[in-house]
Amino acid sequence: MDTEEFVIRQISVFSENKPGRLAAMARALQEEQVNILAFSIAEAGEFGVVRALVDQPDKAYKKLSGMGFVVSFTEVIGVKMRDEPGGLYEVARILGEAKINIEYSYAYSGKEMAVLILRVDNTREAIKQIRAHGGEMARIPSGPSPVKGR
Amino acid sequence: MFWEPKIETMPVEDLHRLQYRLLKSLVYRLYSFSEFYHRRMEDAGVHPDDIRVLADVKKLPFMFKRDLRDSYPDKIFTATPEELVRYHVSSGTTGKPTVVGYTANDLENWTVSLARALTSIGLTSRDVVQVSYGYGLFTGGLGLHYGAERIGATVIPASVGNTERQIELMQDLRATAIACTPSYLLHMGEVAEKMGISIPKDTQLRVGILGAEPWSERMRNRMQEWLGIRAYDIFGTSELSGPLFTECSAQKGFHVWGDFALTEIVDPETGEPVAPGEKGELTMTVLQKEALPIVRFRLGDVTEMDEGVCACGRTHPRVMRITGRVDDMLIIRGINVFPSQIEHALMSIPQVGKHFMIEVDRKMELDTLLVRVEVAPEAFSDKITDLMRLKAMVAGKLRSVLNVNADVELAEPGTLPRFEGKAKRVVDRRTL
Repeated sequence: MDTEEFVIRQISVFSENKPGRLAAMARALQEEQVNILAFSIAEAGEFGVVRALVDQPDKAYKKLSGMGFVVSFTEVIGVKMRDEPGGLYEVARILGEAKINIEYSYAYSGKEMAVLILRVDNTREAIKQIRAHGGEMARIPSGPSPVKGR
Repeated sequence: MFWEPKIETMPVEDLHRLQYRLLKSLVYRLYSFSEFYHRRMEDAGVHPDDIRVLADVKKLPFMFKRDLRDSYPDKIFTATPEELVRYHVSSGTTGKPTVVGYTANDLENWTVSLARALTSIGLTSRDVVQVSYGYGLFTGGLGLHYGAERIGATVIPASVGNTERQIELMQDLRATAIACTPSYLLHMGEVAEKMGISIPKDTQLRVGILGAEPWSERMRNRMQEWLGIRAYDIFGTSELSGPLFTECSAQKGFHVWGDFALTEIVDPETGEPVAPGEKGELTMTVLQKEALPIVRFRLGDVTEMDEGVCACGRTHPRVMRITGRVDDMLIIRGINVFPSQIEHALMSIPQVGKHFMIEVDRKMELDTLLVRVEVAPEAFSDKITDLMRLKAMVAGKLRSVLNVNADVELAEPGTLPRFEGKAKRVVDRRTL
């Protein structure tokens, strides 16, 4: 199934909300020559979760967990967005009608166009629905899909 | 199995009557013959005639460890040199040493207390008891030695140290029980494994009588499983004579023989009795002690008491495992909170590690309690809602145990301080 090639492995890192934690992560990835393609921070008081799409997730995972960070892989998808009014509505409508819930999302401005990163409650069904309704999925190579996303 | 079935299973009302009679004669004796207690009672405005029911014990003044230290070496003793037959001296790790004197009756009561206790865990004259507590000024070795001999068991007076030889003796002399500290037994287990000896397979050991330092239910489970034994808690302090009480085969708290000691659990702040089943400071009056009388002695140990009749049939009250020291107690919005309660609650939540920090502050005249825990890597979810739910779950659990609201913060694993030995997990920033 070509659905699988659109499943992206995002790395998620638990981080205390204090100065220097992001710098420590970013420097570690630089040292490993890992490139960050997209990135977001969700914060909740004393802690936060850093989510990132990187070009070498396994290398990033190994490095960060070796430093004592709590890291996990999460499956997300990327949808290419038209840079015009109604672009987000189109994607949200398709998923809403298919009863697929968006858990969180952030955007990534790619070389050619903007990409909407989505964490949904049914990854594979979302890919199918978006493609069936004329949406275009972004292909972001992130190595083989993990056994099971959280 | 009972050592003295009539006494150990006597109806609770009869036991209370007996305790009252013993208390009454103790108070008269001390008022008449002890300068220390006479003065204490005068200062407290209480006369022996004021003790009319057992509950009147609370009219008597408390006694603290410092009272014993201040009367070094023997100022509180009420026995004559002719009556004294032995001294023990406590280690004095928390201050000046204290000296405990014994009359022949004191030694007899100590021995009988342990004979009852050892019988209650199923030991008999067929058993071989290896006593690996220190012999000497410390009460552990000699106390267990006489107790085990009294029930007719064969004693191996091994004392501490020379672990490899201890393991050989355990094997060759077919020891069925060992009395030592829990940490020494763990050490023995490790040494035995290095020697290629499996304690469950290659020895007859089936009982551990463990005490003289705090240990947990988790350690009990680990030792029972690993060493193939039943591990029993033993309690006592040198001031009370030495090790005196153990759990029975039900392993649900140690039986405090009511004819030897009157147990109270009091609020460490107010000195008032706590409600039944609530935690507080263990306070004991030794009803039959001649050389060094002990009345309402505040042990500084935090625990609770169960006065219900035990599954084993014994009617004497049970004191539960010691869970902390009064010195560690925090008062949050008027409620007593012990770090050990927090530790215990967290142990039952696998999603957070066993390390924690407690931060106490005062904001707008109100005490705040913050408990910081580490997220276990296996419990990490990328979704904020899951992590918030975990926090709420931990907070709910703490609330139900402590009866006071606690804020919870999640920390990265490995970031909270680790402690060698005595942990300093409390940061109290309140300024009064």
